[in-house]
Amino acid sequence: MPSNKSVSDAPIAQFTNCRLLRGHRLQREDLWVREGKILNPEKLFFDEKGSADVQLDCKGRILAPGFIDVQINGGFGVDFSLATDDFRSGIDLVGQKILSHGVTSFCPTLVTSPPSVYHQILPQIDVRNGGAHGAGVLGAHVEGPFISKEKKGAHPEHCIRTFEENAFQDLLATYGSLDCVRIVTLAPEIKGSSEVIRELTKRGICVSLGHSVANLSQAEEAVQHGATFITHLFNAMLPFHHRDPGIVGLLTSDKIPAGRRVFYGMISDGIHTNPAALRIAHRAHPKGMVLVTDAIAGMGLAPGRHTLGQQVVEIDGLNTYIAGTKTLSGSVATMDTCVRHFLEATGCSVETALEAASLHPAQLLGIEDRKGTLNYGSDADFLMLDDSLHVQATYIAGEEVWRRDALGM
Amino acid sequence: MKLIIQETYAEASEWAAKYIRNRIVHFAPGPGRFFTLGLPTGSTPLGCYRKLVEYYKNGDLSFKYVKTFNMDEYVGLPRDHPESYHSFMWNNFFKHVDISAENVHILDGNAADLQAECDAFEDKIKAAGGIELFVGGIGPDGHIAFNEPGSSLVSRTRVKTLAMDTILANARFFDGDLSKVPTMALTVGVGTVMDAREVRKTTDYIFQKALL
Repeated sequence: MPSNKSVSDAPIAQFTNCRLLRGHRLQREDLWVREGKILNPEKLFFDEKGSADVQLDCKGRILAPGFIDVQINGGFGVDFSLATDDFRSGIDLVGQKILSHGVTSFCPTLVTSPPSVYHQILPQIDVRNGGAHGAGVLGAHVEGPFISKEKKGAHPEHCIRTFEENAFQDLLATYGSLDCVRIVTLAPEIKGSSEVIRELTKRGICVSLGHSVANLSQAEEAVQHGATFITHLFNAMLPFHHRDPGIVGLLTSDKIPAGRRVFYGMISDGIHTNPAALRIAHRAHPKGMVLVTDAIAGMGLAPGRHTLGQQVVEIDGLNTYIAGTKTLSGSVATMDTCVRHFLEATGCSVETALEAASLHPAQLLGIEDRKGTLNYGSDADFLMLDDSLHVQATYIAGEEVWRRDALGM
Repeated sequence: MKLIIQETYAEASEWAAKYIRNRIVHFAPGPGRFFTLGLPTGSTPLGCYRKLVEYYKNGDLSFKYVKTFNMDEYVGLPRDHPESYHSFMWNNFFKHVDISAENVHILDGNAADLQAECDAFEDKIKAAGGIELFVGGIGPDGHIAFNEPGSSLVSRTRVKTLAMDTILANARFFDGDLSKVPTMALTVGVGTVMDAREVRKTTDYIFQKALL
């Protein structure tokens, strides 16, 4: 049927026979896409008298917004904290591989490193749209070096720092450039952090609290200054205590400024947090849950030794430790594994599990007008999933960029 | 005038849908030979639309060569408002079947010149060769479209102020806030409806069944 579209001649695709996640529910609606964006079919019908050029039968599957991973240190042998000559091809490789995990946008994460490493690496991280080449890069997540030595986790102690006299200038000198930086994780108890948090927030950079021994009031003060995220809740922070809940207490704090929400990242790989702790956090503050992989270079590779910045780590199944120790260091779980584990551990709805990996990270970064939903006008980054949330196909800007083949690869 | 009584809403809806289906199939529409259908909105015809969609999905009915003319639309309500009759028709019927947008006609309640819009609608009906079958409901007071009892029998498509009863009945769709309910509508006239070659009215008001 010839279509008569007055707004654009670009082809229109109609994904039928699916259940799509919209308005926090799975609805039996078709998904319409044109020019990389999700299209309103009613407007197309009445305003343009248009119709679809191609119809694709989704065979009853679930269509959900693409996953957004805001903490991923590398994978498939690539370490984002290692300054190599072909660093960009490392980003490309990981970006391409994680399409099969349902990730359509990500923040390459750097662990605590010497300034020279930031100066070499950060200029090589380009914020760019995703596509057939791989998931979109939203910007870098620099986790450290302004963190607590006591809660270093897998970060190298000799690179951990406090702020010099002019805190923000010191931060700028350390990183070299903030152009591509999207998230900064720091410990708010460090002197000078309030000024830094304000300056970063002014520049639209998301400030996250982590690797810290802050108590609840220090954490609340940081939120007053602009912090909106918690890096891997429970890990590398003081444990919850009933008289001082520490950073964990932010989940139920009554000192969060009106209209603001504190989000918290959780590595729901079944190892970094006990399922009971995952449930406690989820039940206390369900709208703040952001699933992250915190994946390291060894993700996607065979068990054995791999690097993580200045350290060597050892993989054994889903566990990764600093070589020779029992200190956890990042994960090798994939994002879709994390989503399925979260669903199973909390008994939450499919919609909730999917939103923790899509809508919530988009809200955290202030990009929900174009990412993280299947609303009209949004970027058409979405996934086709089966009922147990295994990714069957990945789409970016309306184009299929990955499909599970018959052999289940 | 024939009166057909069904026991339940479901049966009445199915009867109406089957009737429409059979009329269209019998007419055998094709390129250059369209079946023109006058259509209603509201809760009464919902069951009928569901059945028509079912017949389309089963392959028993196509709307490819069907032209539709809706009876009415609110004035001043944004076209994409969930309570507009455009939204109703899209969600309950058009999006589920194979009808072409250019064959669908619904009055534009946001037109700059409302009466001109009404006149143009009458012209479109004439250009389509008149309406083969006008399907509609009857309100609790006997109104047809927005023609309240007492409307001229030769009235044409025009702007009408809604009766208070209608506004009150509609309030439930606008969060119970009377100030949000449209007070005017564009409606086909009684004469417009009676010009159709056949008129079918359904109602699920029990007292109507008894009185008629």
